[in-house]
Amino acid sequence: MVEQVAQMVVHGEAWTIKDLFVLPNEYVYWSIQIVMYPYMTGLVAGAFVLSSLYHVFNVERLKEIARYALVFSFALLPVAMMPLMLHLMQPLRGIHVLMTPHFTSAISAFGIVFMTYACIVAAEIWFVYRKFIVESVHRLNNKQDRSGLESLLLPIYKVISLGAMDISKEALDSDHKAVKFLAALGIPVACFLHGYAGFIFGSVKANALWMTPLMPVIFICSAVVSGIALCIVSYYIFMEIRKWAAKRGKNWLLPDALAQGGTAIPVEQLRSIQEHEVKMTSKYLLIFMTAAITLEILDMIFRGYTAVKSWDALRMVIYEHDFMKIFVYQYGLGNFLPFLLLLVPGLSTRRAVIASILVLFGVFMMRWNVVIGGQAFSLTFAGFMEYHLPIIPHDIETFKEGLGGMLSVIFAPFIIFYFLNMIFPAFMSDDEAH
Amino acid sequence: MKRRDFLKNTAVFVAGASVSVSALDFITPKELFAANPQLKWGFLVDTHKCVGCGFCVKACKTENDIPFEANVTRTWVERYVIKKDGDVVMDSPKGARDGFTTKLLDQNHSGMTLVPENEIAQAFFVPKLCNHCTTPACVQVCPVGATYQTADGVVLVDRSWCIGCGYCIMGCPYGVRFFHPVEHVADKCTFCYHRISKGGDTACAQACPFDARQIGNLKDPNDPVAQAVLNQRVGVLRDEYGTKPNVYYIGLNKEVR
Repeated sequence: MVEQVAQMVVHGEAWTIKDLFVLPNEYVYWSIQIVMYPYMTGLVAGAFVLSSLYHVFNVERLKEIARYALVFSFALLPVAMMPLMLHLMQPLRGIHVLMTPHFTSAISAFGIVFMTYACIVAAEIWFVYRKFIVESVHRLNNKQDRSGLESLLLPIYKVISLGAMDISKEALDSDHKAVKFLAALGIPVACFLHGYAGFIFGSVKANALWMTPLMPVIFICSAVVSGIALCIVSYYIFMEIRKWAAKRGKNWLLPDALAQGGTAIPVEQLRSIQEHEVKMTSKYLLIFMTAAITLEILDMIFRGYTAVKSWDALRMVIYEHDFMKIFVYQYGLGNFLPFLLLLVPGLSTRRAVIASILVLFGVFMMRWNVVIGGQAFSLTFAGFMEYHLPIIPHDIETFKEGLGGMLSVIFAPFIIFYFLNMIFPAFMSDDEAH
Repeated sequence: MKRRDFLKNTAVFVAGASVSVSALDFITPKELFAANPQLKWGFLVDTHKCVGCGFCVKACKTENDIPFEANVTRTWVERYVIKKDGDVVMDSPKGARDGFTTKLLDQNHSGMTLVPENEIAQAFFVPKLCNHCTTPACVQVCPVGATYQTADGVVLVDRSWCIGCGYCIMGCPYGVRFFHPVEHVADKCTFCYHRISKGGDTACAQACPFDARQIGNLKDPNDPVAQAVLNQRVGVLRDEYGTKPNVYYIGLNKEVR
């Protein structure tokens, strides 16, 4: 018993290095999964805002990517929950947050806001795809020799049609109205979803780095930035795959083509759509980036200018311990370089995608610097803590809170999207004004 | 029904219902309890008396089943060495579980350091524990209400309900919370609630050979702790967070954070 106890490692000890005077119970408790949580939530919110630009503000030029962004944000939704579940010490009790919400806690609002938001996105997708669903039911019903996939899809379409089989012009017009309403309602809810993720941190008065009312606003702006950037990058990749597959007739890579009965789009047309959408979207990326960077820098200047007691410790973390992570990775590589890349005239698709990848990296580093940086100093301001991401896991905890857990969260939306795309083809071209 | 009738009936119903509802008096269990015993637990630490022996830390770990070897603890003792040039060096090796047996100060990654005696202006020990705040940040942030405050002012954790999110650990300005290595839920000092609610003393206060720690009822004017809080110059830790701590310190130095 004594030997067993002697081996006991407390939560956080495996990845925390303490320096100087740190309180005995202080560890980096919120590690990579809590970095991933606002990152993924931000991507969901951002992707939705991008899709709403078309649905609400009628930005016609974003028509193709808007539908894709909507389906992709739905695929991202369950993944926003995943880091929290992986992080909980008692994951089976996660449902308690919904069953017994404690309303003074910012996290308890998560369940409610998240569920509201999920319902809005699901409803919007349903209205956008209702015509397609009904048509698919008819098409697959009439087909004599259905393939295995088609036999599987038919009952799915029958169920999700919810029995609403009317596709008359009036019915479709009211669908259109509903989409517009839901997209408009979705924008404030998406902003709230992410704004309050910032509030979770901003309201922790014990933490000098997090404690700022600007936190929710900073989070909203960077959320939109990261969501748009991810849509650009993933849209580009999927279109590349589609181009590649269309050339060689490899339909297994085109689940949407399968679902639609193998409608082939010429490669040239794909290329032109891809180029147009990527370039147009990157213009909007630039607008939101300006707001995000301004706010972040404003926050830093404000802290230095007011220089309250905690500034001594924060300055050490910002300018010494985390200098590389903040100024080189986050601001340099993640903000200013892509900003320049997008700003220089003659933007090519490839340049826009490279800039977007850098933006994604920059937003990830921003989350890292907030979450990990906020725990880099002791509550006494007399010591520091360093977080070492567990690469090779030696137990379930170091897997969940290490590289393995991080990669699981990163790849999960793509896997979900692959299957979701079979049911709701995100790249479907449709002349209806949805 | 005509619209006019509908509006009229609604108005009559609302007026009638509000009158009858106003006759009801809603009593919360907390109010009911507060009407009974005049009890609010407070803790007094006399830093002049603490010698850093660590008996309190040992006693606490044993009493409350906190694994002895695990590097977390419900209470700990800090050593402060203030140099003549104003620099402060602190340490608390293993929470001072084994006491301070060497003059070397444990600076974690930076190794051990020694402050030459001729450079020392003052040196002292400060025991720390959960402050059982009157407005606890941990209770405010707990998403499921697993951390709660009893009517007599003690902040407790319901181990069967805690989801282990760590928000309370982040929200506590005093760093007293941690994850229990066996139970995998948030844990912290309970003022030995299982003992004091039966008229006993806390394990740490009982183990202290020099009476540096005492627990008492702040609402009883004859209680030694209440008297000390009333009549002596006492301080609390990090008042600026507005949590209103109930652990009072005699001889609290400004360097203690």
